[in-house]
Amino acid sequence: MAQVFQVPKKIRRFFIEIGELSFFAGRFFKETLRQPFEFKELLRQCYQMGNRSMTLVLVTGFIIGLVLTLQSRPTMIQFGAESWMPNMVGISIVRELGPVITALVCAGRIASGIGAELGSMRVTEQIDAMEVSGTNPFKYLVVTRILATTLMLPLLVILGDAVALYGSALVEYFKGEVSFRLYFNTVFDALSYGDLIPATIKSFFFGFAIGLVGCFKGYYCKKGTAGVGLAANTAVVFTSMLLFVIDFVAVFISDIFYEL
Amino acid sequence: MMKAQKDKLLQEQGTDTRKVMLEIKDLYKSFGDNHVLNGFNLKLYQGENLVVMGKSGSGKSVMIKCLVGLMQPDRGFISVMGQEIKTLDRETLDVLRSDIGFLFQGSALYDSMTVRENLEFPLRRHTEKVGVVADTGPLVLEALESVGLAQTMNLMPEELSGGMKRRVALARALILRPKIILYDEPTSGLDPITAKEIIELMRHIQKKYDTSSLIITHDVDCARVISERMILLVDGINYAEGSYEELITSKDPKVEAFFKK
Repeated sequence: MAQVFQVPKKIRRFFIEIGELSFFAGRFFKETLRQPFEFKELLRQCYQMGNRSMTLVLVTGFIIGLVLTLQSRPTMIQFGAESWMPNMVGISIVRELGPVITALVCAGRIASGIGAELGSMRVTEQIDAMEVSGTNPFKYLVVTRILATTLMLPLLVILGDAVALYGSALVEYFKGEVSFRLYFNTVFDALSYGDLIPATIKSFFFGFAIGLVGCFKGYYCKKGTAGVGLAANTAVVFTSMLLFVIDFVAVFISDIFYEL
Repeated sequence: MMKAQKDKLLQEQGTDTRKVMLEIKDLYKSFGDNHVLNGFNLKLYQGENLVVMGKSGSGKSVMIKCLVGLMQPDRGFISVMGQEIKTLDRETLDVLRSDIGFLFQGSALYDSMTVRENLEFPLRRHTEKVGVVADTGPLVLEALESVGLAQTMNLMPEELSGGMKRRVALARALILRPKIILYDEPTSGLDPITAKEIIELMRHIQKKYDTSSLIITHDVDCARVISERMILLVDGINYAEGSYEELITSKDPKVEAFFKK
């Protein structure tokens, strides 16, 4: 009978992990405000994360813009709404697709990288060596990486959005004979601050989630090389899940504001 | 009379005036049902080379990690140069750690940094000890020269052999001029010749910098060459204590079994 009321081990483990992640986030906020500040390392991480993910974000963004326009065109023509193409694509990309796709790409690229890097540092006692040398490894490794992802993701999203719109404009130019100037004028007319601000705020949270989960999985990596692989893998899975949850909450909240 | 016997006699008579650098009293540490340390005791005196031996998994590394605050013991007293570790805040503990050099089992060099950056890393935090140094080059060079690897300054750890990595790690442990050096399995994973070189280097460093050393090992040869006093860690307690000669000639079945393995 007792078996019936027992919470399955996997679910219990999931909630324990959520609790541990919350403590980890709490420690991040506490350590961020404490001196000494690791500016040099923060800049290095910003460069690493921004620069190394840029190509991937550019390619993905361009293809998304291209494909979205190509796929939507026939239906829009069918309904006689061809002239609404720039508005539809612009709003979709800026509000939703740009931030989410960029964040998912970065989750695969950055969260797994952080998970594997910190995991291998844990396994090879490099984190312990930092601690013994009097440097706070949490501040040096974790705080700088989470701040870097939080700051860099919105920039990558803006870049991704711009390239996606360019890809869409290219399709419209060749297929619909719409000039670039007309296309971008229509897009910017259709967009309002109500589209840009929530999307930008959302991107900061996405960046924070990517850094937080990647660091959490790597920092508490279990011993052994298998643990490093697992840390990288679960970092991507967990981050992707968290991104959708954040997206849902963000859309829900911004929807309330739209209604007002 | 041998040195270890003399020390023992002095301790028994209560006339031992040597300065205690490290002290552990009744140290307990468990991982679930696995009771690793069950009341372990240790005293390391100034200028002494103390070897703690035990089988793999006997709790040697756990003990050494408790010493520097990398692990929290379940209970027990740990004091480093008269300061109880448990009572120290992070700042004070970090300052105290600058007096302790730690050589990790796998060297633990930061693989994203060059040898020079590896050695500079402890300096960035402990400016109170070395002063605000604009150019850390001479300090790094001196530390590397003391381990015979001055030419590796700009190499990455992946470009070094296992023995060289261990030497660089030793140079990093030395750069803050520690009073105590903790060696966690200093010869593990090395071939016999390189292991011998590392042991010689440890002896040379102890003489040159007058450090006190606590060496954790299961390498009997290493213990024979370097130890002044030895502790055999069995079942989480200091099962036997004495000089190498005393332990090797012991008739106790557990001590005999350890040295005959």
